[in-house]
Amino acid sequence: MYLREGSEMEKKVIYVDNNATTAIDPEVFKAMKPFLTDFYGNPSSIHRFGGQVAEHIENARAQVASLLGADPEEITFTSCGTESDSAAIYSALNNCPTRKKVVISKVEHPAVLNLGKHLRQMGYIVTEIPVDKKGRIDLEVVNEIIDTDTAIVSIMWANNETGNIYPVEKIAEIAKKKGAIFHTDAVQAAGKIPINLKKTKIDMLSLSGHKLHAPKGIGILYLKRGVRFKPFMIGGHQESGRRAGTENVASIIAFGKACEIAGKYMDYENREVKELRDYLEQELISRIPKCRVNGDIENRVPNTTNIAFDYIEGESILLLLDRAGIAGSSGSACTTGSLEPSHVLRAMGVPYTSAHGSLRLSLSRFNTKDEMDYIIKSLVPIIKKLREISPYWEENK
Amino acid sequence: MWNYTDKVMEHFLNPKNVGEVKDPDGEATVGNISCGDALKLSFKLDDEGRIADAKFKTFGCGSAIASSSILTEMIKGMTIEDATKLTNQDIVDELGGLPDAKIHCSVMGMEALQAAIANFHGEEYEEPDETDHMGRIVCHCFGVTDAKIRKLAKENELKTLEDITHYCKAGGACGRCHEEIKEILDGIWKADTLDKSDNGKNEKVETPMTFTQKVIKVQTVIDSDIRPMLEQDGGSIEFVDLKDNTVVVRLKGRCAMCPSSGVTLRNTVESKLKEFVAPELTVEEVK
Repeated sequence: MYLREGSEMEKKVIYVDNNATTAIDPEVFKAMKPFLTDFYGNPSSIHRFGGQVAEHIENARAQVASLLGADPEEITFTSCGTESDSAAIYSALNNCPTRKKVVISKVEHPAVLNLGKHLRQMGYIVTEIPVDKKGRIDLEVVNEIIDTDTAIVSIMWANNETGNIYPVEKIAEIAKKKGAIFHTDAVQAAGKIPINLKKTKIDMLSLSGHKLHAPKGIGILYLKRGVRFKPFMIGGHQESGRRAGTENVASIIAFGKACEIAGKYMDYENREVKELRDYLEQELISRIPKCRVNGDIENRVPNTTNIAFDYIEGESILLLLDRAGIAGSSGSACTTGSLEPSHVLRAMGVPYTSAHGSLRLSLSRFNTKDEMDYIIKSLVPIIKKLREISPYWEENK
Repeated sequence: MWNYTDKVMEHFLNPKNVGEVKDPDGEATVGNISCGDALKLSFKLDDEGRIADAKFKTFGCGSAIASSSILTEMIKGMTIEDATKLTNQDIVDELGGLPDAKIHCSVMGMEALQAAIANFHGEEYEEPDETDHMGRIVCHCFGVTDAKIRKLAKENELKTLEDITHYCKAGGACGRCHEEIKEILDGIWKADTLDKSDNGKNEKVETPMTFTQKVIKVQTVIDSDIRPMLEQDGGSIEFVDLKDNTVVVRLKGRCAMCPSSGVTLRNTVESKLKEFVAPELTVEEVK
């Protein structure tokens, strides 16, 4: 629901689930709107009515490229982050049929993790790099696992649940030495930490619009100049033959604008948003006993905190937060419909006692200090109430 | 977002009877923290043998708390005999329904009640475990035994793996027990129809494997079951030889360097081969 104009619903909701999706920035909406109404021409058309749209797409491509430190020609628009991930990995495998190995991490997003499972069934060797208790990857292990049979290495830039930042630039160098393609899902990193692809050996990178205040249904795949690519979507000549299908024009324009704004707010994100996150986290930890932050505290994107509360269950926390008008997320089993807690927390060896009671709060530049205070004020009694109901609380108090 | 009924939300937001009854006549805890839900139930009887007071403490999601809360309300005033008859479906009905994937919350309520009643009768309610006569653990993620799966399947006419998962969580995590659960269900439901149709003529006659058959089977199990598991952790395995009943293998990749490769050899390689090829097999490693 797009409600940034201050509708009743929005006034009631404090949104701290920005790693799930974000509100469309009003400026972004303003930029895309004419392409939903007046400028509906097909950018591939010969007539000027359609042709003029193509220029705007190229402008958006340059805006996206600028956020990434890439050239516009290296950017291909897709329908989402998942499509970009699939396109990248399939392309690498198809381009290098003699190599049968795919290297990913245990904490990848399902877009990569489940593709890995699928590839395994198809006969590929898919190796998942383990993480330590803080969710960190050991570069020596990476060096050991990537070999000359590896076609592609795909490691996320930042983790959606913990916010952990991975050393993708270094991993890309290791991959290149072994002749493998390196891809990174940077959906959670873009707009939160500076990225300059010119300086890296990263071959491919995926982004998603709706994680940085553009609409859902738009993504990009960055392809470093010189990297061979076999398209995932076959059909027309759009996107220089790299991605067939008529362009999602309005969303492309929105994505471009969103990247431009994200670039402007990069400092703000790393100063103000980080300060809000740290304030929220510190206050919660000092006021609530038996809780701790999951992940690599020193090395996280500035907007995310993942806190484990012992002896209670995440869905209950979320339901009560929801009643208080706060939208967050949890790694608990019950919230997803699966019966196991988050694969990320399990890979990190977070004990079940706290994995079930983990809460992820992810901020954006639209959050305020007042909102943080309201969350703190609401969450403290919620945790207390649930612990009073819990049979484990008494014995472990 | 779960579609909870108003009744579920009411009992979740304002749970009734939280706590523990003093000097209870019956009490029990079922579930555990690693499964994601647990319920401690206690009750006290009045002079006429009816449940005068009941209290609960629950670790779990909204529907687990609601199921526990409504259970304590339902059993108040019941005789032990009535309470014994209470089923998980009664809890679901009283709540105005539960989402399919949350039925196990009502099952937990029923189990806690039965365990507390067993405690009242002075019986020890035993949490089923691997060595228990109650059965053999099928789902290791949630510690569910074959006996429990059979019981639930028969009582509730559960015919699919999905039903079983909704009722007791078995099969809801890693998925390794899916085939076994399906076999249990086939055993219950297909046996009925088979018995009627051909009086057990279909009974398999086990003939011993020839040596060649055994070699082929070992190779197949290593290729399709064992190697993919090791590869997930960066290792691999090669089938070298079969001497009588000793399978000779070479561990590769990370497994070869792994200090716990002996554990891998016994727990993963040998147990898979025993399970899928022949129980008399043992495994030996060559470098």
